[in-house]
Amino acid sequence: MRTLLSLGLLKGVIAGLAGTAVGMALTMVVRSALGYPAWQPDQVTLAGTLVGIPAYLAGVGAFSAWWGWVLGKGIEEPGGHHFWGWTRYFGADPNHKVIGIQYMATSLVVIAVAGIYQLIARLETSQPGLQFLSPDTYNSLMSLHGIMMLGAVLLGVSGMINYLVPLMIGARDMAFPRLNAFSYWITVPAVFLLLFALPAGGFDTGWTGYPPLSTKAPLGMQLMILAFYLVGWSSILGGVNFLATIMKMRAPGMGLFRMPIFVWTALATAFLQIVFTQFVGIAFLMVLLQRVLGLGFFDPAKGGNVLLFQHLFWLYSHPAVYIFVLPGLGVISEIVPVFSRKPLFGYRLVALSSFGIALQGAIVWGHHMFTAGIEEWLRIPFMVTTMLVAVPTGVKIFSWLATMWHGKISLDTPMLFALTAIAVFLVGGLTGIPNGIVPTDLYIHDTYWVVAHFHHTLFGGFVFPAMAAIYFWFPKVTGRLLNRGLGKLHWALMTVGFFVTYEPMFWLGLNGMRRRIADYDPALGLGPMNTVVSVAAYVIALSMLVFFVNLVASAWRGTRAPANPWRSRTLEWQLSSPPPEHNFPTPPQVLGSPYGFGIPGSVHAVVTPAGGAGEEKGGLGRVSSG
Amino acid sequence: MAAAAKTRGEDRVAIYRLGLWLFMGSESFLFLALLFSRFYLQGVQRPAELNQPLGLVISIVLLLSSLSAYRGETCAVYGDQAGFRRNILVTIGLGFLFLVGVGIEWSEGFHFFPPSTGFGTVFFTLTGFHAFHVLTGVLALAAVLVRGRKVQYGPGSYWAVEGAVKYWHFVDVAWVFIYPTLYLVS
Ligand code: HEM
Ligand SMILES: [Cu+2]
Repeated sequence: MRTLLSLGLLKGVIAGLAGTAVGMALTMVVRSALGYPAWQPDQVTLAGTLVGIPAYLAGVGAFSAWWGWVLGKGIEEPGGHHFWGWTRYFGADPNHKVIGIQYMATSLVVIAVAGIYQLIARLETSQPGLQFLSPDTYNSLMSLHGIMMLGAVLLGVSGMINYLVPLMIGARDMAFPRLNAFSYWITVPAVFLLLFALPAGGFDTGWTGYPPLSTKAPLGMQLMILAFYLVGWSSILGGVNFLATIMKMRAPGMGLFRMPIFVWTALATAFLQIVFTQFVGIAFLMVLLQRVLGLGFFDPAKGGNVLLFQHLFWLYSHPAVYIFVLPGLGVISEIVPVFSRKPLFGYRLVALSSFGIALQGAIVWGHHMFTAGIEEWLRIPFMVTTMLVAVPTGVKIFSWLATMWHGKISLDTPMLFALTAIAVFLVGGLTGIPNGIVPTDLYIHDTYWVVAHFHHTLFGGFVFPAMAAIYFWFPKVTGRLLNRGLGKLHWALMTVGFFVTYEPMFWLGLNGMRRRIADYDPALGLGPMNTVVSVAAYVIALSMLVFFVNLVASAWRGTRAPANPWRSRTLEWQLSSPPPEHNFPTPPQVLGSPYGFGIPGSVHAVVTPAGGAGEEKGGLGRVSSG
Repeated sequence: MAAAAKTRGEDRVAIYRLGLWLFMGSESFLFLALLFSRFYLQGVQRPAELNQPLGLVISIVLLLSSLSAYRGETCAVYGDQAGFRRNILVTIGLGFLFLVGVGIEWSEGFHFFPPSTGFGTVFFTLTGFHAFHVLTGVLALAAVLVRGRKVQYGPGSYWAVEGAVKYWHFVDVAWVFIYPTLYLVS
């Protein structure tokens, strides 16, 4: 009971609930004092969250170090405590590995909930006619599925970057450990808000929240906006942290062009996060201001214009797709050389391609608005800039293929997931071309073609790579191996389930299946194919179940992992599994490329093992080639 | 901490400075989006009822506050605690004066161009967001002031003051763009 009460999370939730209640009560008192009816859902809940979230953060302990600093104390060494008790994971802990695991675990929980929402919705669309959901409930489930999945992707991306980047560049932690903890802990109320959105009436706008619909949608909309805003700030502050870490905390000798590709992708991702997230933040705040205070941004009668929202929204949300996928593509670039025992092909170009993608991504947002009343003369320029993305992504795909060419490929679970990811991402990229070309887009916009396309990019760029990453780095994180048989079963079910779910959606889209609808015309003859899609969706769910069982069982009783089970060369593998509290007792000395597999005499780094204990666990001195 | 950082060759102040610049860089995109919205929705139109003298006065107040902030920082760099305290207090005072000015402008604005009108929407949003940043700047200055009661600033240990003052300048520069956008273009 003591330990339970000492958990930051519990203290935070109690303080947060109390704060919310106070905020809501105060507003209602003020409202009735001014002669308005006390209850106005948008205003009252907004005030509640404005008080509740800071109260919650204070309860968690996210402010305490800063407060002490103001009062004149020094900021103690990050992670001064050296225990590995489970309670660490439920409070504001500044260690980047703890925070990485917190992000990843939260991400998996949100993915599970969002997946369940869509599984329910798929039951509804497996046949024409309304089965058991009202159109509004369907739309709420579909919208929440979308926004929660994307939130989970952002969390997963932060999780991977947090855990891996400091290790890979030979740093002892992130540049700003407290800010890092803060960035994680503001996402937890966002998750709660999203969970409350359904009981609060949901919202029927899809994940994009376009006005004018979003200015009139039920209270659930507002909770979604607040959640989006919190996750956005987590993303911005995380980006500041990642950039500062990568630019300033690299070990001696770790020049930019000796960094693993994953670090390069993290750098490009962080750049996108700090530049573009502000746009979507302000777009959603405008919706909020119109809902709560009656401002006129999107109301033509008050001089507003809904296109403003679309511009600001896509100015973020197109680059955001690269925030979602770049780290995943980086994971593929890490895994492919290790399991092919060959150097990564075209390292420099691949490293720069992430920045190519990031810069190109900044000038294409209008392709989402071809059908939505964008200024006519803007269509062709946006179409042309959109096509340019083929160059940097092509670089990546060719690099993976060339790396595998004539390699000694071993098809272990991480590699299997990476291979599926490449195939799926390729299809996603190719099917995006018709979306970017104005005449074809006019036809397929808002159909299941688009749904199929972006699930390919998201599964190929995030889900499959994230699974590959978990199978690859799980031994490093926990010191135990994931079960290989279950892993391969997971891979097989998920790969088959994926293709059977999403390839038919292209056909459905071309044949007139609109997206975001609970019902469709039986005369279109789309029923049987929709049934196939729904059944296959449950196969994906089954594969995830296998995965969760594997995670829990292996963390608990899996085979002990050696320090470097995959014979990788990057720095994190030269430490014990799991790595010591502050990673490297003395900074490693970096001498060469991380990918020199099979090159005689090639050395990535010299790592001095942690005093004694590290040595026997295999904290190698020299990393040999091979 | 200092010892551990030194053995690793980390320059903590350089890291803090970079972090602050990155943060301010990100924030400038927020203001960019707001300025863009003003022109997108309202073009360059502006009501005659804007209180021009008041707008000019609060702009001058804010510019002056940057001067005193700079002096406060310089005092801290040379270890002059009293001068630091005096100048930062003046800066905070000027910051509050600016906020009072915005308050007066708001109460007039409610009358002539309420937030439910086209110009009111952009006016109240831009000034509101900026005023919020001024408030956070005041809090940052207050924080270094409070910390200064326990800790002596001086050569080599003035980062906190430098950071808060840099942020204050940033908020000031943001106003240098907002003021003409709301009061002068036409
Ligand atoms: C079992 C796995 C999944 C299934 C069966 C599934 C199915 C679907 C379907 C059928 C829709 C379209 C609903 C409609 O338009 O009426 C949809 C929308 C969406 N899904 Fe998924 N999905 C899955 C996983 C994911 C994942 C992993 C992500 C992200 C990483 C994701 C992101 C989205 C987004 C962003 C939308 C758009 C929602 C909107 O239109 O606003 N989905 N999903
Ligand atoms: Cu796009």
